[in-house]
Amino acid sequence: MTAKQKKVLYRIIISTVILAAVWAGTEFFRVPLWLEVILYLIPYFVIGYDILRKAGKGILKRQMFDENFLMAIATVGAMALGEFREGVAVMLFYQIGELFQSCAVGKSRRDIAALMDIRPDYANVITDGRVEKVDPDEVEVGTEIIINPGEKVPIDGIISEGSTTLNTSALTGESIPRDAACGDEIISGCINMTGVIKVKTTKEFGDSTVSKILDMVENSSMKKSRSENFITRFAKYYTPIVCCGALALAILPPVISLIAGMNPDWQNWIIRALTFLVISCPCALVISIPLSFFGGIGCASSNGVLVKGSNYLEVLASTGCVVFDKTGTLTKGVFQVTGVYPEDGYDSKSLLYYAAYAESASGHPISLSLKKAFEDKIDRDRVKDIKELAGHGVCAVVDGHNVYAGNMKLMDKIGASVRNVHYEGTAVYVAVDDKYAGCITISDVIKPAARSAVAGLKAKGIRTVMLTGDAHAAAERAAEEIGIDTVRSELLPADKVEEVENLLKEKSPGEKLAFVGDGINDAPVLSRADVGIAMGALGSDAAIEAADIVLMDDDPSKILLAMKIAVKTLWIVKENIVFAIAVKIICLILGALGIANMWIAIFADVGVMVIAVINATRALRIKK
Amino acid sequence: MKKVYGVEVDCANCAAKMEEAVRKTEGVKDAALSFMTLKLRVEFEEGADADKVMKEALKNCKKVEDDCEIFL
Repeated sequence: MTAKQKKVLYRIIISTVILAAVWAGTEFFRVPLWLEVILYLIPYFVIGYDILRKAGKGILKRQMFDENFLMAIATVGAMALGEFREGVAVMLFYQIGELFQSCAVGKSRRDIAALMDIRPDYANVITDGRVEKVDPDEVEVGTEIIINPGEKVPIDGIISEGSTTLNTSALTGESIPRDAACGDEIISGCINMTGVIKVKTTKEFGDSTVSKILDMVENSSMKKSRSENFITRFAKYYTPIVCCGALALAILPPVISLIAGMNPDWQNWIIRALTFLVISCPCALVISIPLSFFGGIGCASSNGVLVKGSNYLEVLASTGCVVFDKTGTLTKGVFQVTGVYPEDGYDSKSLLYYAAYAESASGHPISLSLKKAFEDKIDRDRVKDIKELAGHGVCAVVDGHNVYAGNMKLMDKIGASVRNVHYEGTAVYVAVDDKYAGCITISDVIKPAARSAVAGLKAKGIRTVMLTGDAHAAAERAAEEIGIDTVRSELLPADKVEEVENLLKEKSPGEKLAFVGDGINDAPVLSRADVGIAMGALGSDAAIEAADIVLMDDDPSKILLAMKIAVKTLWIVKENIVFAIAVKIICLILGALGIANMWIAIFADVGVMVIAVINATRALRIKK
Repeated sequence: MKKVYGVEVDCANCAAKMEEAVRKTEGVKDAALSFMTLKLRVEFEEGADADKVMKEALKNCKKVEDDCEIFL
């Protein structure tokens, strides 16, 4: 508790004790009215002096209709009508409610801060052979810093000495530690777990991952959702309307009774009007909505999903179509041998052997993946006369055999007849001694989570579309394997924007479209979609900048989790709005009819707020 | 130009009122106040003097909500 909150707590305790004493005293002893008034005024002022002062200032500044004003009028009115106990109690409960709210909000602030506790406090810089702790902000690019076990990586960089295991859970939600060795890039916000490492920084602190993430999360609650704006607007009209209602309730019925020649019963109607005022306080609504969204965003970030604004949670919850970019999003973006199809007389191993040896001199990604698949060490003495045939492939003499490896054109050129044609990814055809020996296919590897992510989306009735620059046949095949509904292939980057625009036109108005991508080319599409989701670890800075939601560990199944969080948050928001407004309206009606007394009014104000705040904090947690 | 300031305010409704008051201050293009992070983000008009504008903004805030503070 802060000093301010403690002070309020003491005042609550003191005034409760005094109120109880005065209550008991006036029950047992007959005291004159003037003494009773004075006695009740003591706890009233102890608990309510600041409210009264604020209300007074509000009136002077013509800022009426705030809650201080409502409370002051309601309690002063109650006291004036001789309802001393109620007057003090309303003020007391109001303060208890405010204290509770301020504690609850403070606690969720701290909870979320703890979830996002990745801000490094210092960096160890070596100056003149001595290690010095400095503010990460002051470290220049290219400085060598030392990171000890247990410390946070303060700035992005490359390991120049040592190896270690990194805990990336604060960034990605992934609990399995990651190994990192000399030459590896490491990003700030990870925690160094095992070894001492030296890191050469590649960015300034302000441009480092950790700063960007903190910036995003801190700014996220500035982008307000529709529900938040609705409730702010609602509160703006609600309070004056209720005040006018209360005034009407106090004046109209008695005046009508007077005209009709009946007893005006002023006191009864004024009490009803005051009850009205107590119920009317809008704070339960106004606080619980942003608190729910804040909780949802906090929950998402602790799971490695950064949401840049409450409004995007709202959009995500009503997404009906998810458009994926293929490379880097559904696939890993690295090439790997995915199929080996040897002809008679060869087996997989020997086919790979010839291909890997023929390609041994090349640094092309395809050659690298062949060498990787071959596994054994390449003995350069066994291969000679390696020639690159531009646009076709390579030829070489391996163990005295003439080996050609390359595309279909190369096979045609040397007159080797290819029997099996493959469409998936890139095919490398191999001929040995001018005779076709088989084919090796190399393609981008589909992420293990891609299939389950797409299946999960479909189970929710969400349409999935894949956009890719790949050839039609390869794209179809990949889509089939992942389970994507629709494929648009052979697209240039600019075509992707067009495709997304067409999809936006096709969908029904209530549905939202999400685009998931990672590349620099994706930035325009990311900003064009209703909600743009970027892959954070692989993704380019431009993509992260343009995106509304960032998946820190590039795992497409996090989209499902993010949607789950979004739906839950929105559900809580709706619960709170409906619950709070319904209870208030019911109590207002009961109050007007004279059924609800001051005590029920206090529940409608403070009780509703407490329940709404507790409900809102549920958004912080999600079952995985 | 955009700047972020820390604020102190006790209730969500008051925060909304403060935001409105800052937004209406001359020289302010847009303002957003997050009650959850207690941060105020102000976008200034071209060529506005941020310090001067913020002093005025704080005055306007005090008008609508006495019990508030912007840490300039």
